[in-house]
Amino acid sequence: MKLELRGITKTFGTLVANDHIDLTVEAGEIHCLLGENGAGKSTLMNVLYGLYQADGGEILLDDRVQHFAGPGDAMRAGIGMVHQHFMLIPVFTVAENVMLGHEQTKAGGRLDLPAARAKVREISDRFGFDVDPDALVDDLPVGVQQRVEIIKALSRDARVLVFDEPTAVLTPQETDELMAIMRQLKESGTSIVFITHKLREVREVADRITVIRLGKVVGEASPTATNAELASLMVGRAVELTVQKAPPTLGEPALVVDGLTVIDPIGQLVVNDVSFEVRRGEILAVAGVQGNGQTELTEALVGLQPRVQGSMRLDGNELNGDSVRSILNAGVGFVPEDRKEDGLVGEFSIAENLMLDRADGAPFVKGGNVQLSTLAAFAEEKVAEYDVRTPSIETKVGRLSGGNQQKVVLARELSRDLRLLVAAQPTRGVDVGSIEFIHKRIVETRDAGVPVVVVSTELDEVTALADRIMVMYRGRVVGIVPGDTPRDVLGLMMAGESPNLEGAAA
Amino acid sequence: MTIAPQHQAVSPQEPALAKTVVVSWKAPIAFAVVTVLAALLFLLAPHDGEATFRVSAAGDALQLPEIVLNATVTAWVCLALLTALTVVSALMVRARRAVPIWLIVVFAVVFVLGFLTWAVAGASTNVMPLAGLLAGALSLSVPLIFGSLSGVISERVGVINIAIEGQLLAGAFTSAVVASSTGNPYLGLLAAGVAGVLVSFVLAAFAIKYFVDQVIVGVVLNVLVVGFTSFLYSQVLAPNAQALNAPPRFDRIAIPFLSEIPIIGPTFFRQTIIVYLMYVAVAAVYIGLFHTKWGLRLRAVGEHPQAADTVGINVPRTRFWNVSLAGAIAGLGGAFFTLGAVGAFGKEMTAGAGFIALAAVIFGQWDPIKATLAALLFGFAQSLQGQLGVIGSPVPSEFMLMLPYVVTIVAVAGFVGKVRGPAAAGKPYIKS
Repeated sequence: MKLELRGITKTFGTLVANDHIDLTVEAGEIHCLLGENGAGKSTLMNVLYGLYQADGGEILLDDRVQHFAGPGDAMRAGIGMVHQHFMLIPVFTVAENVMLGHEQTKAGGRLDLPAARAKVREISDRFGFDVDPDALVDDLPVGVQQRVEIIKALSRDARVLVFDEPTAVLTPQETDELMAIMRQLKESGTSIVFITHKLREVREVADRITVIRLGKVVGEASPTATNAELASLMVGRAVELTVQKAPPTLGEPALVVDGLTVIDPIGQLVVNDVSFEVRRGEILAVAGVQGNGQTELTEALVGLQPRVQGSMRLDGNELNGDSVRSILNAGVGFVPEDRKEDGLVGEFSIAENLMLDRADGAPFVKGGNVQLSTLAAFAEEKVAEYDVRTPSIETKVGRLSGGNQQKVVLARELSRDLRLLVAAQPTRGVDVGSIEFIHKRIVETRDAGVPVVVVSTELDEVTALADRIMVMYRGRVVGIVPGDTPRDVLGLMMAGESPNLEGAAA
Repeated sequence: MTIAPQHQAVSPQEPALAKTVVVSWKAPIAFAVVTVLAALLFLLAPHDGEATFRVSAAGDALQLPEIVLNATVTAWVCLALLTALTVVSALMVRARRAVPIWLIVVFAVVFVLGFLTWAVAGASTNVMPLAGLLAGALSLSVPLIFGSLSGVISERVGVINIAIEGQLLAGAFTSAVVASSTGNPYLGLLAAGVAGVLVSFVLAAFAIKYFVDQVIVGVVLNVLVVGFTSFLYSQVLAPNAQALNAPPRFDRIAIPFLSEIPIIGPTFFRQTIIVYLMYVAVAAVYIGLFHTKWGLRLRAVGEHPQAADTVGINVPRTRFWNVSLAGAIAGLGGAFFTLGAVGAFGKEMTAGAGFIALAAVIFGQWDPIKATLAALLFGFAQSLQGQLGVIGSPVPSEFMLMLPYVVTIVAVAGFVGKVRGPAAAGKPYIKS
């Protein structure tokens, strides 16, 4: 089916998320929509899927104008979507999720589960998915959950499939398998819109590429374009994709973690017997697919997790059992994974956020009073130093873009005397320009002799920053390898296979 | 470095995380405390003599013999059993095993038996009519069960229903007035459902359309209904009691054969139409929730509204009508107060039944059958308090009045622990 968007415009208040966007996807084509976070890709697809109503423009399928009042209409017209955050109900089985919204019933209004199971099996066999229709979605790994999303769309005879950032949660191998599925779908005549900001994937699978920036189409590119060309189209200026860094000058081991185990409330060992050390002036990158214990590991390092066993010593002092306050005072800087949840108070100003963890004494607080002039001077200095794009230091942090928010977090953490920096997903949801800046700052911190632990699910980031790479899988360390380890080896390790044992699963 | 060429990156049988048991000493400690309390009771205030439990009521076709227990012997046996169970549970926890539910149930039954024998032996009449105890338990449970079904439906669809109390009271009031003025209890029952729906409309409108905090709307609604019905009661109903507050009550209908079974028969199958309606409602809600399209969509909306939206389910509409349905069910429960039990409306006559129903929802883990059982337990506690008062038990009646609420607190706080309710309950669905 041919999909055509003509002059789609969507505004939220004063923000123009989509500005007269034209897009044509031919039948049986994989069309990539490339753009940075916040460029308006997801908004456009939500308009297409009927979740948002466009303020202007029209949607055509096979040259017929469509009017979608909701996702139900879009689905009936043959549009399916694999959402970035899966739209699956965790406590339902695969079959229940697939049938939801277009249920078949038997006599007496009872659900026809056998029919739904058969449907799941049929589609799953057609594409070689191997999905159990009676498995609870909650128990499935994310890669399989994504296949359930695909089955869900195909069970409604979708002929245009939209994949919204589908690879964010996948290992490199799973990503390759997804690409294969996309090609298979394309051969069966399905049109595919593939939304992403990862250049490598685009070049691998796309038939055509449309680049969006700040809500506008800025150009088309062919899959043969180089990374640098695509990146500069996406960002609007030339960008450095690789981090310039000198070989590390290693000092003595500073952070020594031994047998660290974190137990969650239901008794699972989410971090299982993890041991490693980080030396002064070294970046240890922790790689792994989201949800393999990295979050809990970083939280344990700053004292945010209850039920932690084992030891973690910083410069010889045991941190396990200390309060968050005393760990911070010991010189640990922490960039949390979710800055909106844990890193910043959105309703506070930039200045207030910059002193969040220093409210218990000089120089910002004297005699119980916040020293507003000291704070203002400090904030002005940091905003300039970290290139935070803001009208004023009194602006609420929640109103800044992701990149600028992250710079505020980084400015706060790096302005203390650090003996260890723990940065979890430092560039998640951050524009390419800010990524460049944040990476530079992290390398500078390393060069100043501070040990750094960076957790990232993006292999590009891991290989760009790391002096050594530790890969985690199911709470355990699969291995610690040099920073120049090839991507495919890292990819296998992220799926749990040890690097030098002959393919044995860890 | 060699890498196996073949690999299966995505496999449904991904190895589970290693697990360790987080041991909880809650059960053994609770057991120990109860055992000590029982020991103090039996040792410091011993009752000699016998306790008689009358199994059959006077009119039963099949008469069963009375059960007579020696108070001293029973006390010692129960105490020994309680101690043994406490030790067993402690050993299990030490061996890092979870204390199973059946152990808790056995413990509770032994304790209740011991306590009952002690209380009955010390009463002025040493006879406890079991049939009366059970019949009382059921009739006190009826509004609780309707209320908890209402709570289950409403929370499963994602709206916290604190207003059950208000829905019950509105149902009780309306059914009394309508049944009295028309002389037809069936019209009263219907009106009770409508009254419950009206209360729900307010809750639904504020919670779903205007995103007001659901708990606050619920609390305010309860206060509003109490005030409104009390006002009308004292200004309108009390002066015209004959015309407006003397509803005809439903007759008891005996189901052939079933009603002849000893104990169970008269308790469950010689009842009014409302009680039979309740049996049907429990079964219907259970089957509906877990085996029909309606239930699947309802649960989807309460778990992950956005996912439901993306498959074309209208979230606000689903929530609105199901919250209304929940109100209707609670309203029927309210009618039981006036048309089934008391026979007239009284100020604030629901006396917290809605809140106990709410506790039953949580204790019953948002499952209609389990919530019904929880409601029966709470009803039993209330009935026990009443019966002990009637036979002149030595326990002060003020103390016994606490019993249902103590049971509720212990049940919800002590044994439920962490349960997972519908993920989106209480969260308004705001489309950005």
